[in-house]
Amino acid sequence: MITVKYFASLRSLAGKEEDLFNLGSETTLERLSEEISKTAPKIGEMMRGKKVMISVNHEVVVPGAVIRDGDEVALLPPFSGGC
Amino acid sequence: MALSQDQIARYSRHLLLPEVGVKGQEKLCNAKVLCIGTGGLGSPLGLYLAAAGIGTMGLVDFDVVDKSNLQRQIMHGESTVGKLKVDSARTRLADMNSDAKIITYNTRLSSENALEIFKDYDIIVDGTDNFPTRYLANDAAVLLGKPYIYGCILRFEGQASVFHAKEGPCYRCLYPEPPPPGLVPSCAEGGVLGILPGIIGLIQATEVIKLILNKGETLIGRLMIFDALGMKFREMRLRKDEDCPICGDSPTIRKLIDYEQFCGIAQEEKANFEDTTMEISAVDVKRMLDDGEKFTLVDVREPSEYDICRIDGSVLVPLGQIEAMRPQNLNGLSQGDVIILHCKAGVRSLKAAKALKKMGFKNVRSMAGGIEEWSKKIDSSMPRY
Repeated sequence: MITVKYFASLRSLAGKEEDLFNLGSETTLERLSEEISKTAPKIGEMMRGKKVMISVNHEVVVPGAVIRDGDEVALLPPFSGGC
Repeated sequence: MALSQDQIARYSRHLLLPEVGVKGQEKLCNAKVLCIGTGGLGSPLGLYLAAAGIGTMGLVDFDVVDKSNLQRQIMHGESTVGKLKVDSARTRLADMNSDAKIITYNTRLSSENALEIFKDYDIIVDGTDNFPTRYLANDAAVLLGKPYIYGCILRFEGQASVFHAKEGPCYRCLYPEPPPPGLVPSCAEGGVLGILPGIIGLIQATEVIKLILNKGETLIGRLMIFDALGMKFREMRLRKDEDCPICGDSPTIRKLIDYEQFCGIAQEEKANFEDTTMEISAVDVKRMLDDGEKFTLVDVREPSEYDICRIDGSVLVPLGQIEAMRPQNLNGLSQGDVIILHCKAGVRSLKAAKALKKMGFKNVRSMAGGIEEWSKKIDSSMPRY
């Protein structure tokens, strides 16, 4: 299983804080974004459009990265508040 | 400059720390730090940095103190509501530590003035509240080779990092593209827990002090993420993007650009201008109510806002439910109804009007200026928040 954690505004878009996906022993972020798109199309689109930061096991990765069974993927959208 | 007897007494708790000591305190007293914004993040970090003995503090802000700031912007107080934030901050910091030289810039940071302002400082601290200024501050800091201390907050969550392109990634390595305008709410729209900027601002202040002392492990190459509701700190290891347009191997950005345009704000304003045909004034809505015209007034704010104040007779359907585009979510609205939508300031209701139009609703308009305009023009007893 791959655990996906949603942060900030993505939580309300996904309607949850966390999701589990079974995508075999090895898959890609592209494939994961398609899977996420089935229930939260906006998040999938943001992943593909480089609008969210994506980390795998606490390390930020590039779009082509490979993910493996048991990995934790975190999706972090930008936010800008400071006042 | 050696410490005076007064300074030795004032900074004694620092002097006792081997990691600071006399040498370290002298570094702090000679340091020049620029704070962009004197609001939520700028307040706690400005106060603690002044207390720590930072010798020169620059403060950039163009705003005036508003009552709604006081829930978190602890630099300001009831006595400075309505005054310039930089003046309010200067008075407070001078009272905190008369040693600190305070330089104020009552201006909006722009591509025209950023390099000129930044050049006199060792470290740039970001306490702004919008994407264009963050990209601008990042780029100006990269071009000048200065460390940029990043922090941001929304609702119950915050982030902080140190971007220093000589040694690690910059803000653009994390977020090469700004989000589409309107997708990410500001604190004014989404709310923010009052203590949150205190926590994130002081993480930024801690990093400023460590950089000056050259001690400890800084947040260069790491992003700290804080969740107040879950009371969790998380950390992500960042990587420098070798293709980064400003700090990568072959940069394409060599001078400051138009950041409003980069973040799509200019286009958004143009689109908004074209949308005015979908708007109706608060005065006209009041007249329709008085004339007994048949229409449904729909409030698209959040339930928490509906609890603060509402226009009598309005029906609550939050924007999120409308944008989900499911007819069963619409609290009984039907396509033939005459519908007037309103929110706090008129932005969300315009979005809702467009979404309803897409769903086949014909007679939909948005009340310009929202409940704020209603409070100004129609009913001054309506609270503004």
